[in-house]
Amino acid sequence: MPGQRFGPAWFPGLIAVGLALCGALLVFAGLRQRSAWISLPDWIHSRRARAGIGALVAGLVFYVLAADALGFHIAGIVLLVLWIRVLGASWRVTLPVALVGTLVIHFAFYKLLRVPLPWGVLERWAF
Amino acid sequence: MGAVLAQAFALVFDPYVLWVILASAIFGLFVGAVPGLTATMATALLVPVTFFMPPVPAIASIVTATAMAIFAGDIPSCLLRMPGTPASAAYTDEAYALTKKGQGELALGSGLWFSILGGLFGTAVLIAAAPTLAEVALKFSSFEYFWLVVLGLASAVFLAIGNPLKGVVSLLLGLLVSSAGLDNPAGFPRFTFGIAELAGGLTLIPIMIGMFAVSEILRSVARIEEPWEMAQAKIGNVLHGMWTLTKRYPWQFIRGSVVGTAIGALPGAGADIAAWMSYAVSKRFSKEPEKFGTGHVEGIIEAGASNNSALAGAWIPALVFGIPGDSITAIVIGVLYIKGLNPGPTIFMNNAPAIYAVFIVFVLANLLMLPLGIAAIRAAKQMLRAPREVLLPVILLFCIVGSFAINNSIFGVVLMLAFGLVGYVMEENGFPIAPAILGMVLGAMLEENFISSMIKADGRFIAFFERPIAGALGLLTIAVLSVPLLRRLTARS
Repeated sequence: MPGQRFGPAWFPGLIAVGLALCGALLVFAGLRQRSAWISLPDWIHSRRARAGIGALVAGLVFYVLAADALGFHIAGIVLLVLWIRVLGASWRVTLPVALVGTLVIHFAFYKLLRVPLPWGVLERWAF
Repeated sequence: MGAVLAQAFALVFDPYVLWVILASAIFGLFVGAVPGLTATMATALLVPVTFFMPPVPAIASIVTATAMAIFAGDIPSCLLRMPGTPASAAYTDEAYALTKKGQGELALGSGLWFSILGGLFGTAVLIAAAPTLAEVALKFSSFEYFWLVVLGLASAVFLAIGNPLKGVVSLLLGLLVSSAGLDNPAGFPRFTFGIAELAGGLTLIPIMIGMFAVSEILRSVARIEEPWEMAQAKIGNVLHGMWTLTKRYPWQFIRGSVVGTAIGALPGAGADIAAWMSYAVSKRFSKEPEKFGTGHVEGIIEAGASNNSALAGAWIPALVFGIPGDSITAIVIGVLYIKGLNPGPTIFMNNAPAIYAVFIVFVLANLLMLPLGIAAIRAAKQMLRAPREVLLPVILLFCIVGSFAINNSIFGVVLMLAFGLVGYVMEENGFPIAPAILGMVLGAMLEENFISSMIKADGRFIAFFERPIAGALGLLTIAVLSVPLLRRLTARS
């Protein structure tokens, strides 16, 4: 901003200087301790945990990309089935929980709280 | 005053509000009792629901749920050797050792009894201190607020457990997030990258759902292989012997409550750090320190009172200055603004009935903890049998909808996912989350008060020390900041 000493760039600039300084100090401390550059977390050895983390993140990305087109209800059921199965529950548990869970959220948020959850391809049957 | 109190009672003792309190209490007890679900997460999950409520029930639900959750965190400590919330972690081993000795009833009972007493103590301090402090704060200008914010940010960094340098990084990242959008003194679009959603700044609630709920779910999934093995405990009348304990350890209870309230009131540190400190203090001043760790009830009394009193303490700076005392009130401040209960010294004039209603809810929640806490202890076995592989996915879907509901925009879900991953990676690498959250909440206040002070002072930095209260706060801040540096220097020489 012309004519002002403390414009909008001042505050982020200060943050940037601070981050650079702390970053340099942390790198220095790390080098002095000779710690490894990257260390893997423990869960990497468990197939179930690996699959779970992968499914959680992938599922959220899927929801962001597909929710408007598919609608909340289909996407929600798909996600719950994926996640509950990957974490190791049987189909007998998974299917009812996925259906009831999605319906409960539908009634709580769409009906009671009037959140406009997207219907997507189910638009014609919206209730 | 009498009229205000009558109005406040009428606001609380309304059937709808009482139902909300009861439902929130049960929700809080469940979330607190299940390891991996925390009190802060309960708050973040409640916000999208409270969004649609009038102010008093909205705040009441958060107050009740968090109080219950912090107590309920003690239950799995006793039975599984796993803290239900981080606030119970300090004395989990102690409580479990008591259960192993066949005194599970005593461990659970003292957790409940001293949670209630500590909660009531913290509430009493909140009711007494907040209005008094507000009188003083009415005289504050941008100089005083600037120093208060800096002091708050500094204490958040130095009270965090672990490496303070990582605390500073976390804080700076939070400030960086807060600086996005048009909402800065110059009204200039910063870090918006031409994306319309970023012009209004980053919405904090999806970010908090990400950092407190999604990252916690990721952590629970990473540990899904760990079995939950329940210790056998015979549980009859959990209140048996509590009066004797209160008479035997009165100082421990009072000291725990005082330390807890103070730590709670300090920005950035909440119930978890209060419990760690109080447990350490208890051991340090105990007549029988050698018994600590072997199943001795003294530390549980002190730390158990401490973490519940911290909850109320955190509301003091949140209500009076708009500076959150812990991560829970960091979320609450957002809710207060949405509900038109803008925090600040004038809150006691403009919204007195609502604020006194909040105080009444605090007392009510702690009294309600007695019957509901006993019921929760009796139902503990069933609650802890809730299958994680079903629970975690359902909560995550709830998070998605909650993040969406704040602005009815899928961008909220994107923020939730991004900050969920950031929060998880940060915690796994020893970067505390609380300073980042504090930075996000206080960033705008820091910049605004700095810039307007600088304009008033015409660029002379010394003006920050010219008013008496501002000068004292400034010197205090510099002292707080230089303590760790001095300690380092003296340690080396």
